Amino acid sequence: MLSDEERREIEEETRHYGQKRGASVEALMCVQRRRGWVDDETLREVADMLGMSVDELDGVATFYNLIFRRPVGKNVILICNTISCMVMGYERILAHLEVRLGIRLGQTTADGLFTLLSVPCLGACDRSPVMMVGEKLYPGLTPELADEILREHGWRG
Amino acid sequence: MAGVGEKPLTGRLKPGGEALDISEYEVYGGYKGLRKALRMDPSEIRKEVKEANLRGRGGAGFNTGLKWSFVPTGKDAPRPKYLIANADEMEPGTFKDRLLLERNPHLVIEGMIIASFAIEAETAFVFLRWEYTLAAKRMRKAIAEAYERGYLGRNILGSGLSIDIRVHVSAGRYICGEETALLNALEGRRAIPRSKPPFPQTSGLWGRPTVVNNVETLSNVPHIITGGAEWYRKLSRSGDGGTKLFGVSGRVKRPGLWELPMGTTAREILEEHAGGMADGFSFRCLMPGGASTEFICEDGLDVKMDFDSVQKAGSRLGTGTMIVLDHTVCPVAALHNLERFFAEESCGWCTPCREGLPWVARLLGAIEDGKGETEDIETLREHTGSLWMGKTYCALAPGAMEPLKSGLAVFREDFERHIREKGCPLKMERR
Repeated sequence: MLSDEERREIEEETRHYGQKRGASVEALMCVQRRRGWVDDETLREVADMLGMSVDELDGVATFYNLIFRRPVGKNVILICNTISCMVMGYERILAHLEVRLGIRLGQTTADGLFTLLSVPCLGACDRSPVMMVGEKLYPGLTPELADEILREHGWRG
Repeated sequence: MAGVGEKPLTGRLKPGGEALDISEYEVYGGYKGLRKALRMDPSEIRKEVKEANLRGRGGAGFNTGLKWSFVPTGKDAPRPKYLIANADEMEPGTFKDRLLLERNPHLVIEGMIIASFAIEAETAFVFLRWEYTLAAKRMRKAIAEAYERGYLGRNILGSGLSIDIRVHVSAGRYICGEETALLNALEGRRAIPRSKPPFPQTSGLWGRPTVVNNVETLSNVPHIITGGAEWYRKLSRSGDGGTKLFGVSGRVKRPGLWELPMGTTAREILEEHAGGMADGFSFRCLMPGGASTEFICEDGLDVKMDFDSVQKAGSRLGTGTMIVLDHTVCPVAALHNLERFFAEESCGWCTPCREGLPWVARLLGAIEDGKGETEDIETLREHTGSLWMGKTYCALAPGAMEPLKSGLAVFREDFERHIREKGCPLKMERR
């Protein structure tokens, strides 16, 4: 169920748009910031607040790469898999992360600590290969640096 | 800004990477363009920008002043009207707007205010991708500073003019950078493109007149107003006005981003600014402006990097940020990577794009894995026609076909070897 705080925040967002539905991405992100992902029940409540049908809002939610409709780990790793990072060897870094975490791209570790996702271009191509963990950008990746970043986020492997 | 000389966009950036705050920006002449613009008629601003021959830096290269002139103005114009800074920057290989947003946010804001004034809009949005977290923080701070100093809000600098700017943080989808898809996204709908006409300038956000401009485009506007159209045109080495943020990524000595005269040659950018190829790597080819541009090889490097010259050379300037492929990169694998990106980012609205791009990506993957058949090359070639301009709803699929079309011609031998030898020659060599 939406908390009072979430409701207040979503209502505030709707004031900035010509119609309430304009705030749909902000509203979904408001939920995701607190819960990590957007579950069906909450999505229904948000749709109701925005005057949208559940299908319409779900259509928006599932359209975006960064709105999660399934649970994710505590830390979401976004690794860039596009051309500049490919040239600079992201595949090696991805393979390394998969081995270290024991998961494949798109999966979450059993302890719920990490989810590994790919992302199209992080706009830091001069510092590739790059990835983000949470809201932080990590450029110039090497396998050693990747280990350090994992440790920084609680990995004990 | 006074004294920025040949680098109006980046000449005053702080070397440490911090953003210029409002006081620092003002010291360098910031918001002077706005003060001057407020003494002009909106039609004069549109004329000045048109004469400066500022062409859209998002990649399409349309004359900005001309784009603005399609917006209905005057007493009877429909209102409200909107100005949107397109900061969705998701084209692979492109990293230029991030620099402006993170380090010169007030320049972007001043450009947005003047542009809003020019089209008589009262509301503006920065449409920002989620991953640009630092840019979001700095833009929000800069917008708050601009409100405090009276550059935004009610009765700007006593002019009677009112403009509000709001940051919209998107949630990751390449198609949102397409101007009509962006409008749907801002309205809280699935970000699928709209048919044109009607064009956004007459029927955009919520059906109201709207202009969508790239961040770099808008950042040029204050300088055009301050320095004049003639001064701005002369910054360039070609017919397109001004400077351009050029970048290089890949195995070069100094990957980076530089503000240089429009029309600087690709060779000069690659060899002098990026320092040439990194030790142990030789040049194979480059894409001049992002993932949706045709390859340029050694014999094309003397092309002037401006919209018309690059087009004459058989490619597109695009975003002006070059991706260099070296001898260790398999061109088939590179094309597979590019087409997989476009297939994944297709919004799925029109059938050729939804069905065609995954087919292309699958075929390229099969060829790279040694499972390709001779006729696959012809199938790929057919797609470059059936996914071309006019056959799809928007420019995403045609953009995806640009590298494929040129790749099939330039790397024909690589394709044939993959099929003949049942695998990637580069991978086999490494074994």
